[in-house]
Amino acid sequence: MSQVPVTEGVFTWPSDSPQLIGSRCVACGNHMFPVQQGCPKCTAAETEEVLLGRRGTLWTWTVQGFPPKAPPYAGNVDPKTFEAFGVGYVELPGQLKVESRLTEADPEKLRIGMEMELVIVPLSKDSDGNEIVTFAFAPVA
Amino acid sequence: MSTEVAIVGIGMHEFGRTDGVSGMDQGVVAVRRACADAGVNWEDIQFAFGGSMAAGAADTMVSLLGLTGLQFINVANGCATGGSALFSAYNTIRSGVFDLGIAIGFDKHERGAFRVNTKGGGLGDWYGASGLALTTQFFGMKINRYMHEYGITQSTLAKVSEKAFRNGSMNPMAWRRKPISEEEVINSPMLSYPLTQYMFCSPGEGGVALILARADKAHLYTDKPIYLRAAVVRSRRFGSFEVLAPSIALEHNAGPTVDASKAAFEMAGMGPKDMDLAQLQDTESGAEVMHMAENGFCEHGEQEFMIQAGDTEIGGKFPVNTDGGCLANGEPVGASGLRQVYENVLQLRGQAGARQVPNDPKTAYTHVYGAPGISGVTILSR
Ligand SMILES: [Zn+2]
Repeated sequence: MSQVPVTEGVFTWPSDSPQLIGSRCVACGNHMFPVQQGCPKCTAAETEEVLLGRRGTLWTWTVQGFPPKAPPYAGNVDPKTFEAFGVGYVELPGQLKVESRLTEADPEKLRIGMEMELVIVPLSKDSDGNEIVTFAFAPVA
Repeated sequence: MSTEVAIVGIGMHEFGRTDGVSGMDQGVVAVRRACADAGVNWEDIQFAFGGSMAAGAADTMVSLLGLTGLQFINVANGCATGGSALFSAYNTIRSGVFDLGIAIGFDKHERGAFRVNTKGGGLGDWYGASGLALTTQFFGMKINRYMHEYGITQSTLAKVSEKAFRNGSMNPMAWRRKPISEEEVINSPMLSYPLTQYMFCSPGEGGVALILARADKAHLYTDKPIYLRAAVVRSRRFGSFEVLAPSIALEHNAGPTVDASKAAFEMAGMGPKDMDLAQLQDTESGAEVMHMAENGFCEHGEQEFMIQAGDTEIGGKFPVNTDGGCLANGEPVGASGLRQVYENVLQLRGQAGARQVPNDPKTAYTHVYGAPGISGVTILSR
């Protein structure tokens, strides 16, 4: 069974140390995620691709307690076996805050300011039996 | 000096679930009721701005109301659709082009949380596929951060819902008219931490229509004209924290609500202390808490004391969401902002019945907020 990313161009994969792919404004240095053309900060049109940092701190979080509507959601939506998952914004120093799934879903174990690291997690299987993977942040042990 | 504008007729179709009646037909009912309220016929209306998010193009309703040839412009602006229709109607009269017009909002959504159109919102398929395309998550994350910074408690979030359902129980047009206690709110299923089921509003159905006239002709239609002092819509600026954002900047900007509020107060020549009551966007109970400060009615963190003390109740120092807000009325997106104005007109006319704010209120404020980071504010006075 092979692993395929949920999309191309959002994170580096396959990789031993995956990174999110963003943009940096050539004029003002502002960071953006995902890749985009045009800078919302200074209105310059030119941006360049940049790999974002793998570690940051949790800025805020919630727990997705019910199955999202599918589509668009590609993960498990069976109410009997659905497992809540964490969602948060992780502040990457000197860059920006990125929204992400979290590997931890227990409110007792999540706190604003904790150290987080990028990981790749399984989401679902496609019709060929491949495992579809997406990115998440995990607490640093 | 430009022409002043008055609201001279209001009409509403009951909010909630009306099986077998389309969103468009609910809009038509609202228009007929507004015409009756103003004592005008449809053929007297010179222009219309109207919109819905999920219930069709508003201008097609002329085939039901009458093909009078009026200027009818569709408005599609997400959660600010109703506010944008009102803004457009307001300025059409102010500019002197027409004397009498109507702003219409209606909608009808499928059950459950909103299904986000990621393509229409400029988001990649991966975003929804990965489980991030839920507006509910944003609200959970924004209030979680806010509670961390300003010491708001879960009890206060629950008290906001309790108030909404109590006010809704006194509103014959509301969807949810059964009081729910603070304890029941806290013990309902956790949907998006720290927000429980009864802290969230639901997508719903309904329609509202407002008839506007030049102020110097308002007496032709009503003996209780309510003047529109400001109508403002603002989009987000760099650094604000908004719904459905794959990333946000490190630097912080206060967001479109703060900008819209300031602009509206400036336009009206009034300030927060001049307002007697307010309808504030309460997509969930935390939103009402945060929007009290973002609109200038208190400092960040003061809500904890104010809400625990009952200040925002109908009989309190500063009543908020007197009709039960989105929590008790549901959110038919196209109609939601106009529902707030409808309620304020009733309150300023003294026609709000069991939920009438005491002491003869003279000014009232409305605020909507929604995707993708847009806010609309109105200020009314007698
Ligand atoms: Zn730039």
